[in-house]
Order: sequence, then C-alpha cells, then structure tokens
Amino acid sequence: MAPLPLIAFDGVSRTFAGRRGGEPVPALRDLSLRVAEGETVAVVGPSGCGKTTLLELICGLQRPDSGALRSAPAALMPQRDLLLPWLPAVDNAALALRVRGVARDAARREVAPWFERFGLSGFETARPHELSGGMRQRVSFLRTLLAGKPVLSLDEPFAALDAITRAEMQAWLARILAEATRTVVLVTHDVEEAVLLGDRVLVMSPRPGRIVADLTVQGDRPRHRNDAAVVELRARALEALGVAA
Amino acid sequence: MRRLLLPLAAILVLLGIWQLYAGVSGVSSLVLPSPVDVGRALVEDRGALWHNLKPTAAEILLGIVLGAAVGLLVAVALRLSALAREATYPLLVASQAIPIPILAPLLVVWLGFGLLPKLVVIALVTFFPVVVTTLSALAAVDPDLIKLMRTLDAGRWQTFVRVELPSALPGVFAGAKVAAVFSVIAALLGEQAAGSNSGLGYLLTVTVQNLEMSEAFASVCVLAGFAIVLFALLTLLERRALPWVHRSTSTGA
Repeated sequence: MAPLPLIAFDGVSRTFAGRRGGEPVPALRDLSLRVAEGETVAVVGPSGCGKTTLLELICGLQRPDSGALRSAPAALMPQRDLLLPWLPAVDNAALALRVRGVARDAARREVAPWFERFGLSGFETARPHELSGGMRQRVSFLRTLLAGKPVLSLDEPFAALDAITRAEMQAWLARILAEATRTVVLVTHDVEEAVLLGDRVLVMSPRPGRIVADLTVQGDRPRHRNDAAVVELRARALEALGVAA
Repeated sequence: MRRLLLPLAAILVLLGIWQLYAGVSGVSSLVLPSPVDVGRALVEDRGALWHNLKPTAAEILLGIVLGAAVGLLVAVALRLSALAREATYPLLVASQAIPIPILAPLLVVWLGFGLLPKLVVIALVTFFPVVVTTLSALAAVDPDLIKLMRTLDAGRWQTFVRVELPSALPGVFAGAKVAAVFSVIAALLGEQAAGSNSGLGYLLTVTVQNLEMSEAFASVCVLAGFAIVLFALLTLLERRALPWVHRSTSTGA
C-alpha cells in the first residue's frame, strides 16, 4: 500500500462573502490534489486564482466551505518577508523556536549554523532594514524552515525581488530543497520558477481555481532554464494556462 | 541646527510683534505686560520660579508615568476583550468631557490635600491620549503578521507580546507626547484646586491675585518651556527605544 499523502484535498471549495453585500466570490471550486512526503509541488496560476487561499487552507488558516481536506502541519512563508523590524536577523529566524518556549540564547545557538549555510554569516545582529531583499527572503525562509513543520508553504517567495536576485534565489532554493528533503508547496505566477523548482507542476485555472493540469517534471536537479525538459514543460504549462498560442 | 534655529526665529518674531504691540497700543501692563517686562521678571524671580518649578515638575513626571501606564494597561485590556472595548469606550470618552476645574476640587475633597489628587488629575488627562493612540496602533497591526504567528503555533498571548505590543509602541509614544503637553495644564489646575502652597500653579495664583502680571506671565513661560523640554525628551527617548520606526520613515521618503 502506498504511504498516505501528507496533503489531500478532495473536492474542496472556498467562497468569500462579497464586499458590501455584493456577489459572493468563489476562490476555489472543487479542487482536488495529493502531495506525497518529500515532494516539491509548484502551483502556478494567473493572479487571483486562489493560490493564496490554497496555501491558507493547507496551513489551517482557513476552513473549506465544502469538500474534505487533510494536511500535515504546515508553516507559511508569506509573500512579503514580514520580518519583525525590531528584532535582529537571528531572532527573526528563531521566532518559531521562541514561540515554542526555547530560551533566547539556546534559540540563537540553534539558528547560528543555519546562517552560515544560508550565506548570512556576519548578519546575525543586522536589523531587517539593513539586509538586502534577497537576504530578507532567506531569513524569512529560515524562519519557516525552523518552525519544524513537515510541510513548507511558500507563497510567491520571490515575487518582490528584482530579476537578477530572483534568479539567484531560485538557484539557492533549488539547492536547499535538494539537500533538505521537505514537503514543499510553492505557489507562484512564474511558470519558469515552477518548472525549475518543482517535482510536479500543478496549473490552476482562473478564479474559481481548479487544477487543470498536473505535470511531472523530468530531469535531475539542479535544472537550468535552457534544459530541454524545462523548455518543453514550460511550454506545456503555458498551454494549460491558455497563454501560448 | 535648522531644527533649533527655525523655532527660535519663530519665537523671536512673535516676541517682536508682542513687544511692538505692547509699546504702541498703550495697553496697561496689568492687562498685557511686554516681553521685556516678562523677561525682567524671569530674571529677577528666577529663585522663586526654580523653587516652584521643582514640585510641579515632579507632579507632572509622576502623573505622566502613572497616566501612561494606566493608559497602556487600559488599551491592552480593551484590545484583548471586544466586550470590554464596546462596553467602556463611550465611558472613556465621557471621562474626558468632565471639566477638570469642576472635578479637581471634588478629588481634593475625596483624596485630601496631598499629592494624590494632583496626580489623579494629571493621570486622568494624560491616560486618554495614550489609550486612543495605542488602541489605533494595535488595530493597525499587519493582519498577515498575525496569520504568520498562527502558523508558528503562537497563542493569543505570544502573538500579543511578540508582535502586537512592539508594533503598537510608536502609538504609545505618540499618545505620551500629546499627554505631555496636556499634563502641564492639568498640573496647574490640580495645584490651584488643592490650594497648594508651592508649585507654579500656586505661584500663578498668587501673582495674579497681586496683579503682578509680568511675574504671572513668567510662570507661564517656565511652564511652557517645561512642556517643550518634556516633548523633546519623549521624542529623543522614542528614537532611542524604537530605532526601527525612525529609520523606516526616514529611508522610506
């Protein structure tokens, strides 16, 4: 018997009440998906297709209106880094540990080796405003990782970065994910990012969101944007989105 | 430098106009003493002014600390309990509509002639701005931060202590700065109601009764100067305590 998937959605729908008594807005309709342990699933879709809603359902921040949903505990990495401006980087990264009751010094000791691995050495005591955008996202990712949840939910983690930093961060994340086998759900509107980082690419329809394509990515990591498999899959994903002619 | 010179220039211009008006209009110095008269009183009475500033300054400082602490606690309680907020917010507003000149003598009757009624008057005037600004700062905390804390398994209290309270500190300071200015007036009213025999409020009462208007204006000047110093100290303290607020606003421009 195959192991139980860590995340299972069966016909999940979620609708938001309209503003000022307007029409209710369906965010997700009849969405089903499975994510196995250790998989990196990239969810790609147009703006406003309910990607964030999907992640919030996985993280237990919302409940579905109908359908069945089960997920292992998940930590969220929000779109904006949302670092606390009054804490040095090391304490921001250690936030989950502190919430769990770990003393500050012990938490800092636990975080320290990660700063080296993440290329953040020397910035332990820097405040968020002293860090570059890419560094802030790395601290934010570290905070998510150290929450110690089986599932990482990443909500367009690099959308706010400039193109060069984004490419660097994608390569960096690919490397980190190859080392630490975690179950990851990555939401993005960037098809290339989805193909570079995901084991599977799920394509969502415009609102109300459903999964319209489930593509398995071939090829070993790290992938490059010019690999034949990447180019081919990108074309298929764009086709599923109805973009490519 | 500019921040010091500009207000100084504004004060000098104002004093010039005042001096000119007092000289040209022929208005009695009993009605409006000239800046030069007031300046002379400031120098000649410096001993008495300093002597009477000390108890008033002590009352104000104690009163603000008390008022800000109560204000912070009330804001926190109202934030954590929607029931308390809805039930008591109108009462809080009403508490500010009570004229202090009417309330202060009553407080003296209830609490005696000591320091206590004066502190209560100052605290009553100062806690309200702190409550209002702290509450609105608490309400303005980024909801995504609160969601984030939920995914990190933070309970109500953890979220409050680690995210909401630090986010609200700029609001506490904003309220305290407003309160600092109000507190000076409250101290005067408190001293006058309590029949104090020291303090700038006492000095003001005595000099007005004796028709020593230059001396009365000198007391007011000292009081105003104290309010400015208090405001500046709070601004300085805020920069020290909340460096991220100052940085993000100055680099964001």
